[in-house]
Amino acid sequence: MHATTASEPIPMTNRTTIERRSERELVITRTFHGPARILFQAWTTPELLKRWWAPRSYGITLQSCEADVRVGGTCRFVFGGGTVFYGRYLEVTPHSRLVWTNEEGGDAGFVTTVTFEEIAGTTRVVVHELHPSKEALDEARASGVEPGTVEAFEQLDELLVALGASEGSS
Amino acid sequence: MVQYDQPELDASFAALSDATRRGVLGQLGRADASITDLATTFHMTLTGMKKHVTVLEQAGLVTTKKVGRVRTCTLGPRRLEEVTAWIEEYRQLWDARFDELDQVVEELKQKEKDKDDARDNSE
Repeated sequence: MHATTASEPIPMTNRTTIERRSERELVITRTFHGPARILFQAWTTPELLKRWWAPRSYGITLQSCEADVRVGGTCRFVFGGGTVFYGRYLEVTPHSRLVWTNEEGGDAGFVTTVTFEEIAGTTRVVVHELHPSKEALDEARASGVEPGTVEAFEQLDELLVALGASEGSS
Repeated sequence: MVQYDQPELDASFAALSDATRRGVLGQLGRADASITDLATTFHMTLTGMKKHVTVLEQAGLVTTKKVGRVRTCTLGPRRLEEVTAWIEEYRQLWDARFDELDQVVEELKQKEKDKDDARDNSE
């Protein structure tokens, strides 16, 4: 047995990056210290997904997590707050690529493509989200941020409109 | 991969620091307008309005397009909501998620290693 490995600090060379590639696309990237087959296993095994998809530091919990990972198979995540996330797998290529649809409450949602690229024992994971429209992306993401931030900027938006109206009508 | 280009952000906030320019954004939020329309609405000279529009354009808040002799202004790609921090908050969510995934990966690696070691020992 090698008891040391688990307690060794994970090198902090890998930062999660995000890029808005276009009005409808978001790309999230991170490199992990492990082979692609292990990453793929963590993304496709319900018991494992349940352990990392809802980060503890966010106070989010997953009540249940079902994933039938094959083309046409569905996944269903139930969060602590009662939100149900539902998706369907469009592409499943072992150890390299996963594509699924994201739906909530029956709305046509966005499509997530995840690629796993192994380089010398590390794996670069690229999460690509394609939203149906710019508005859909803004709405989906705005609902996930701190409520205060959105409110503050909504108020600023309103202020600008009010300023425009008062100056425009004079 | 840069989410927020600092000079661009500075330009956005500088552009927003002027009451007339905020008014122009409010106006364009309701309908596109020519520079002449905007000059009339805000009781300014054409040259004065052109200067404001140029500042907004450089900040990415407004785009202009010339059709014939009329230059029409519309709200630009750097809409106000894009100046918000949602993209960074979303990055942090994925970062937290990936920190947990790191733990899972380490565990799976360890399990594989233990299995290999057990096999080596039994051989």
